Amino acid sequence: MTAELGHFALILAMFIAMVQATLPLIGAQKNLPVWIELANPASYLQLALTTFAFGCLIHVYLISDFTVVNVVQNSHTAKPVLYKVAGAWGNHEGSLLLWVFILSLFGAAVALFGRNLPPAFKARVLSVQAMIAIGFYLFMLFTSNPFERVTPAPLNGTDLNPLLQDPGLAFHPPMLYLGYVGFSIAFSFAIAALIEGRVDAAWARWVRPWTLAAWVFLSGGIALGSWWAYYELGWGGWWFWDPVENASFMPWLAGTALLHSAVVVEKRDTLKGWTVLLAIVAFSMSLLGTFIVRSGVLTSVHAFATDPARGVFILLLLATVIGGSLALFAWRGPQLKSSGVFQPISREGALLFNNLVMTTGLAAVLLGTLYPLFIDVVGGAKISVGAPFFNAVFLPLMMPMIVAMAAGPFLNWKRGDLMPALGRLRFAFILALVAGAAAWSVETGGSFMGVIGIALAVWLAAGVLAEITERVRLFKAPPAQSLRRLRRIPRATWGMSLAHFGMALVIAGMAGAGGWKEESIQSMKPGEIVHVGGYDYRFDGARKAEGPNYDLVLGTFSVFKDGDLFVVLNPEKRFYPVTQMPTTEAAIHTTLMGDLYAVIGDEEGTDGKYVTRIYYNPLVVWMWIGTLVMMFGGGLSISDRRHRVGVPHRRQPLAPAATVPSS
Amino acid sequence: MRFYLCALLFVVFWSPAGLAVNPDEILKDPALEARARDISKGLRCLVCQNQSIDDSDASLAKDLRVLVRDRLRAGDSNEQVVTYVVSRYGDFVLLKPPFNSATLILWVGPFLLVIAGLIAIALFFRKNQTTAALPTGAKPLSKAEEKRLADLLAEAEQ
Repeated sequence: MTAELGHFALILAMFIAMVQATLPLIGAQKNLPVWIELANPASYLQLALTTFAFGCLIHVYLISDFTVVNVVQNSHTAKPVLYKVAGAWGNHEGSLLLWVFILSLFGAAVALFGRNLPPAFKARVLSVQAMIAIGFYLFMLFTSNPFERVTPAPLNGTDLNPLLQDPGLAFHPPMLYLGYVGFSIAFSFAIAALIEGRVDAAWARWVRPWTLAAWVFLSGGIALGSWWAYYELGWGGWWFWDPVENASFMPWLAGTALLHSAVVVEKRDTLKGWTVLLAIVAFSMSLLGTFIVRSGVLTSVHAFATDPARGVFILLLLATVIGGSLALFAWRGPQLKSSGVFQPISREGALLFNNLVMTTGLAAVLLGTLYPLFIDVVGGAKISVGAPFFNAVFLPLMMPMIVAMAAGPFLNWKRGDLMPALGRLRFAFILALVAGAAAWSVETGGSFMGVIGIALAVWLAAGVLAEITERVRLFKAPPAQSLRRLRRIPRATWGMSLAHFGMALVIAGMAGAGGWKEESIQSMKPGEIVHVGGYDYRFDGARKAEGPNYDLVLGTFSVFKDGDLFVVLNPEKRFYPVTQMPTTEAAIHTTLMGDLYAVIGDEEGTDGKYVTRIYYNPLVVWMWIGTLVMMFGGGLSISDRRHRVGVPHRRQPLAPAATVPSS
Repeated sequence: MRFYLCALLFVVFWSPAGLAVNPDEILKDPALEARARDISKGLRCLVCQNQSIDDSDASLAKDLRVLVRDRLRAGDSNEQVVTYVVSRYGDFVLLKPPFNSATLILWVGPFLLVIAGLIAIALFFRKNQTTAALPTGAKPLSKAEEKRLADLLAEAEQ
């Protein structure tokens, strides 16, 4: 019964979405207030229905209802409760339901929090949201229904892939989708603006918090996935330039560009068409990301063709959304007139430079991800595009931006002076040189990119601090005045500084892990000692045990630093009998300088000898700390005054000159 | 098969345990071993999804790792080893595709885009300049407005 109720709720939600996609839009066009008003209740109703459907799916998972195909394929009675719940979205059909649930969540949030939006504009935004939703409802109901039944019901399920039975990965999809789907708001705002033919400072101010929220979630989602790979895959790798990772990285690049160009629209009334285009691109990348992961097109073009119904639907949906929005942009975009004028060396110029790098970086990743498919389709020789390609192309593209990132905030709007800005960065420059030299002196034959990375990270971090120092005129003004200035810094500015500072931390972590990683792979008898990264690891043997739904081998290492016991590490090697798959649970001890990382492998012979892998991964923790700092910066920026009070009013095209009130 | 594809949500195609190089494969000479690792990172495990033979525990990856080490022990240079592996498995084995007519767009594309972007920005600024030269319709500040602006700025300074 529950499954059918969920199924009906989805069908009903689709019809609600059809109403929401048409009537408010017509109402806005013909100025019919009653039709415009319809958008709000329709959004709430859609949310209620998708919440109900999503709840139904989780319920059938919790009670292990094996008459539902989806549960059979992704669950098992012995699975821990957390993964029964997470199993609901750890598969194709369920993740699509999560997608539409989050989409309706954002739609209802716009209806609720968008009270300061002009009603007609809001109606158009919600209509566009509903159009996207219709595409997804149709896709689910016709090709990927999570509530499909099976008879006769099997006695038990085939379990969720053990790699996905992990807390990091349980929360990774919802986080990632909050980011992907969040960009749908920016997209809907862009389409609504194109329909109205108007983009102004108020528009940019409305779009910003939504885009920031999506960006914060997407950053978190990507970091969660990366963190999971780091501890779960068993050798401390955290980014592989795998197509599925690229799929989540591309919307992030587009979204980051969008955040920066929206600032220019808000403050300087220019780059409007470009910003609208970026909003379209960001969401298109989210759609592409969802679908290249979901469609199986990555394994090969042929896997894609094995399920033609899904494949064709996906292509049609992508073509409609991306093609349609770009066509609308080509038609209406030129009407968006900009008035602001600026010099190449200026704050706007720096933000534009960010956009140039972000978009070319995005294009490079897109090209590298899809190129093997493209060559395959046109019948050329099969080629591989992997990490060495991306490192060779993407990293050099990004470096100039990191250099510019420290200087940009020093430049004035409209017309900046480069030399004074660089003068204020002289300490940052010296620090970066010293740090780079220090890093070089302890170079151990790892990639030289590590040294460059450390220097860039210090340059950026010091640049951010120099900017704050300058802003409060520290040591140049009396301390009391500096303090007052510090308190007056708007939250959005703090947000920017924190996000940039977080980026510096992330770069430091990447550089450390990339340049100074140490590893030792060997067979060890109990009592044997290996020396890795300044620590002595004594293997104390391994024993077999049983987990809730797996068998495990539990190894024990006593780690000594200068002869004193530092920490005991217990790596596991698990075996899941239902899926017949092994997993590695590395034991990791995190310090600010680096992670101690131990893995236990297969048993060798009978005398308690095991293959062991010991790694020292320097500075890794700074990647995660840096991401949290970036996310916090984004959150702080959302909470800025100008988004909460002083409801942004649309400037009338020809406003009468405001009279200056005498204070 | 479909179930398998579907069950995998984000990163999925790595072999489960992710344990690659085994102790018995490691060469005695650390310099030679380091070179083997370097080469391995650029070679694709042919049966895996986007995984180098250095990261994969598929048996084919192991065979390739041993092959690379055998060639190195026989005195091949790094280039000779790679050329040998490519001659047996084709360009598909290289994670960094070679530069040739089939990969021209892939390698040159990003840099062409940077140049195209710079040209677009240059054009934007030229247009921007001409628009700037045109009267914008805004009147210059009146005396009272200028004074008010100066007052406001002075206020902000304190």
